[in-house]
Amino acid sequence: MAISGTEREEFEKQLEAYVGLDIGLEDRGRDPVNAAMVRHWCEAMGDACGAYTDAAEAAASVHGELVAPPTMLQTWILGGVSMASGESDPRDKQKELHRLFDSKGFTGVVATNTEQEYTRYLKMGDEIRAKTVIESISEQKATGLGIGYFINTRSTFRDQNDEEVGWLTFRVLKFEIAEASASSSSEAAAPSRPQRLKPALGHDNAWWWDCVEKDELAIQRCSRCQALRHPPRPMCGECQASDWDFVFSTGQGTIYSFVVIRHPEVPGYTYPLVVAVVELEEGTRFVGNVLDIDPEEVEIGMPVQASIELVDDEMKLPVFRRAQ
Amino acid sequence: MSIETLRYQDVNVGDALPELPIALTSSLIVAGAVASQDYTPVHHDKEAAEAAGMQDVFMNILTTNGLVSRFVTDWAGIDARITGVSIKLGTPNLPGDTMTLTGAVAEKDETGNAVTVEVTGKNAWGNHVTGTVKLTLPAGD
Repeated sequence: MAISGTEREEFEKQLEAYVGLDIGLEDRGRDPVNAAMVRHWCEAMGDACGAYTDAAEAAASVHGELVAPPTMLQTWILGGVSMASGESDPRDKQKELHRLFDSKGFTGVVATNTEQEYTRYLKMGDEIRAKTVIESISEQKATGLGIGYFINTRSTFRDQNDEEVGWLTFRVLKFEIAEASASSSSEAAAPSRPQRLKPALGHDNAWWWDCVEKDELAIQRCSRCQALRHPPRPMCGECQASDWDFVFSTGQGTIYSFVVIRHPEVPGYTYPLVVAVVELEEGTRFVGNVLDIDPEEVEIGMPVQASIELVDDEMKLPVFRRAQ
Repeated sequence: MSIETLRYQDVNVGDALPELPIALTSSLIVAGAVASQDYTPVHHDKEAAEAAGMQDVFMNILTTNGLVSRFVTDWAGIDARITGVSIKLGTPNLPGDTMTLTGAVAEKDETGNAVTVEVTGKNAWGNHVTGTVKLTLPAGD
């Protein structure tokens, strides 16, 4: 649980002391701006812009010579492999502030915003250094990741002639990692893609999902009056009999009605999402997604064909496509 | 790249940039972190990422910025100059997913032939990055 009461008051007073502080160290690039690091960057990003890696193209461009990608700005002053150890210069006030957060349980860290401006493109041989100021620390906030505080920093970059070449700001959230996600590493790995909500299974509907597992689209049928019904339920709406069996649908039908969902987007679905009420040829209606079609082309009365497919890592569902 | 650079006059507010899907692999995430000299363990060490509450290594901001900048210059060409980037980060970029970059021209300002492009990078979980890139384009002949 996040700290509270006087402990929180004292902690927030300690935080205030950091606002406006220069972090105390100047970060100096260990290497001047150079073609090898630029090439590694461009290869990683798949960036084929000739201004960065092709001397002849660069010379013929507005840049006049090889330049570094502007978004590399911070790269020139980062610490490289030494960052992996987590050790830092004890004089670094920014790291000290992070340790203060860690000591109160706000061990999570994630950057949420960055803004950068580039006064000029950097050229090969430029020597870059940066100074960083802690601009502000927010009040305690409840965020999607957990309770925490936002820290805003600003770094100003200069070259060998002490000319400013650009600046950047970062907004970082230091947060208390929620119990559930902290323990997930020891349990089953989190899914690699968003998963659909699972149906609540019970006596009245589990049989239908069992059929879907076996790639069959079942339709419940009243044993007395033979009326078809979906979704599955214990009693016939026509004759109130509670005996039932089921038939397998061919999955052929026509669109009875539909909507196109564009917003809000729920992870796990592809948008725009066509949701249709399909009149199955057996004579009942079924709600499902219509895939692989431009929403503009969907029409009431359009013939569709169901197939049962995996819609995430585990769940099978009948989906529809335009019939051939 | 041998595409011709766009001229300021050729660009109109509302013009869409060609969509750029980026396959998110561990290799890309680690290569981006290393190329940007960012050895923060969560970007190359799965155990460290898990301890930080994530399911796998995730992309660092410099790589996101690098991809956004590439997306814009792929469209604008070699004579474009990027003058600023302002982005908001959302869902993390994790291995196995795809981030699709889309964008459109949001503003034009004749002073300095400045153009602002709105960019969105979306993965299976939602928006990884939303923001703007400012650039200048050469004047037409």
